[in-house]
Amino acid sequence: MSDALKELGTYIEAKRPDCVLAWDITHDELNLDITPNNIVGLVEFLKNDATCRFSTLIDITAVDYTGRAKRFDVVYHFLSMYQNHRIRLRVSVREDALVPSITGVHPSANWFEREVFDMFGILFSGHPDLRRILTDYGFRGYPLRKDFPTTGYTEVRYDEAQKRVVYEPVSLVQEYRQFDFMSPWEGAEYILPGDDKAAPDGHVSKDKK
Amino acid sequence: MMDGDIRTNRYDDGSTDAKTGEQKIRNFNINFGPQHPAAHGVLRLVLELDGEIVERCDPHIGLLHRGTEKLMESRTYLQNLPYFDRLDYVAPMNQEHAWCLAIEKLTGTPVPRRASLIRVLYSEIGRILSHLLNVTTQAMDVGALTPPLWGFEEREKLMIFYERACGARLHAAYFRPGGVHQDLPDALLDDIEQWAHEFPAVLADIDGLLTENRIFKQRNADIGIVTEEDILEYGFSGVMVRGSGLAWDLRRSQPYECYDEFDFQIPVGKNGDCFDRYLVRMEEMRQSVSIIRQAIGKLREATGDILARGKVTPPSRTDMKTSMESLIHHFKLYTEGFHVPEGQVYCAVEAPKGEFGVYLVADGSNKPYRAKIRAPGFLHLQAMDHVSRGHQLADVAAIIGTMDVVFGEIDR
Repeated sequence: MSDALKELGTYIEAKRPDCVLAWDITHDELNLDITPNNIVGLVEFLKNDATCRFSTLIDITAVDYTGRAKRFDVVYHFLSMYQNHRIRLRVSVREDALVPSITGVHPSANWFEREVFDMFGILFSGHPDLRRILTDYGFRGYPLRKDFPTTGYTEVRYDEAQKRVVYEPVSLVQEYRQFDFMSPWEGAEYILPGDDKAAPDGHVSKDKK
Repeated sequence: MMDGDIRTNRYDDGSTDAKTGEQKIRNFNINFGPQHPAAHGVLRLVLELDGEIVERCDPHIGLLHRGTEKLMESRTYLQNLPYFDRLDYVAPMNQEHAWCLAIEKLTGTPVPRRASLIRVLYSEIGRILSHLLNVTTQAMDVGALTPPLWGFEEREKLMIFYERACGARLHAAYFRPGGVHQDLPDALLDDIEQWAHEFPAVLADIDGLLTENRIFKQRNADIGIVTEEDILEYGFSGVMVRGSGLAWDLRRSQPYECYDEFDFQIPVGKNGDCFDRYLVRMEEMRQSVSIIRQAIGKLREATGDILARGKVTPPSRTDMKTSMESLIHHFKLYTEGFHVPEGQVYCAVEAPKGEFGVYLVADGSNKPYRAKIRAPGFLHLQAMDHVSRGHQLADVAAIIGTMDVVFGEIDR
């Protein structure tokens, strides 16, 4: 399995050197890091080339890496039902960048790109109908970004007096608990309350103990 | 006069409606759902109709969106497992399976043979659960009332098998990374085997009600035809593919767990219409019964542990009561949880509805950095506009039924 994937990776890199930045095989899966500009051409190549025949789009999603200049990774998964192999494409994009839509090649990308737009706010250029898909009508914000709170900003309830559903800011009786499981002995990034001996950078220095 | 009515009415006194020049033909837009018995959950379709013909179909989804993927980012791997039961709640364990496989792939945990067989057994029970619900409720959508009553009786029995294995009828949380939570008692295996002997007769009854039924055939044959090109363009999987003649099944083509040692056939349809997909589902249930029998036979021989004892699994109860280290391990496992090494994997299973996959990005901590759930129904419903266009309004219900959509997994 791994040898065949290695061959495939070499083949794609040789055929499309302008698109592929790097490729690797981890956990028996072929990963391609590619440039955002030529993505449509590459996807079309992968779909039509006889060796690849990645005819089915499995998934499009994104991952938010805060703190990186190119904040998002847009991740594409493809499957070939004919050659029986899978591939993953990764594109790093900035927050304000436009990613070319691949709906022209794979019509099934339509909803996936809408979902990525809905959840991460990544815009796809050339998408026929880039509406929100999963969130509420009139929703604001991009929920799957790491800086979006899990509780959200608004909550809804039915108001008996107004006879309609009203939106209100979230009010929690108890603060939403994000448990911190990092052991204080293994590099927690904060100072425990009342810990006078801690160094100002937050780390307990070894020699003080 | 109704808006859009273009008839010229003739009245008793011989007069007719005056022509004002304002009458014109206009397509009708109607809302199908979100509260419609044939919408299989909270689906809202905005349909544009020309008479009774569907011109455009715009599904509005997300009414059951619970933010599963966001919630998963702040919970440990084990705490995330029950969320998978709530995706496709018709066949809960099949979803858990994908999650467990993803974690096992990243951590490199081997699954003991007995656990692997139990997983196959319960995955197939899940498949029958899902197909029974789909076949019979789809029949209800096109006008038959008896099949769901008969089918749900069998579902009830299967859910009792779920309950006897894990204590819950629906939200099982039974498959765990590294195996399954509890071992099965022998009596349960006997009862499942007994059921597997009786079930084909029930299936034959349902078959007798539907397969040659004139109304059922009229409502399903040549409706919602899916071609090979559609399959590729719209990313179909599962029965939507097999109904059109492509023998694509992940259990066979990319075997996971121990499916490669089981003997089963992959039924395929010929015409790719609703009726063929119904036939494929019926035959898949028969194949699942055969797999269940084989799995029980193998389970009788494979006695052993059901969890790969190690970092990701709890210690045995006896160890926990006698060894301090085991007790600490147990406590840490259920509070902090286990850590998964950094990496990315995509793991897919052949769920009853198609390819159900999990894309897991781990950052080395005890919580997933990002988990994307790839639900088959999402893609199937997306093609609703393409498949239903040009059909009658009444066929929309049949097509939604045959696509086997469940909103737990589509809206996540």
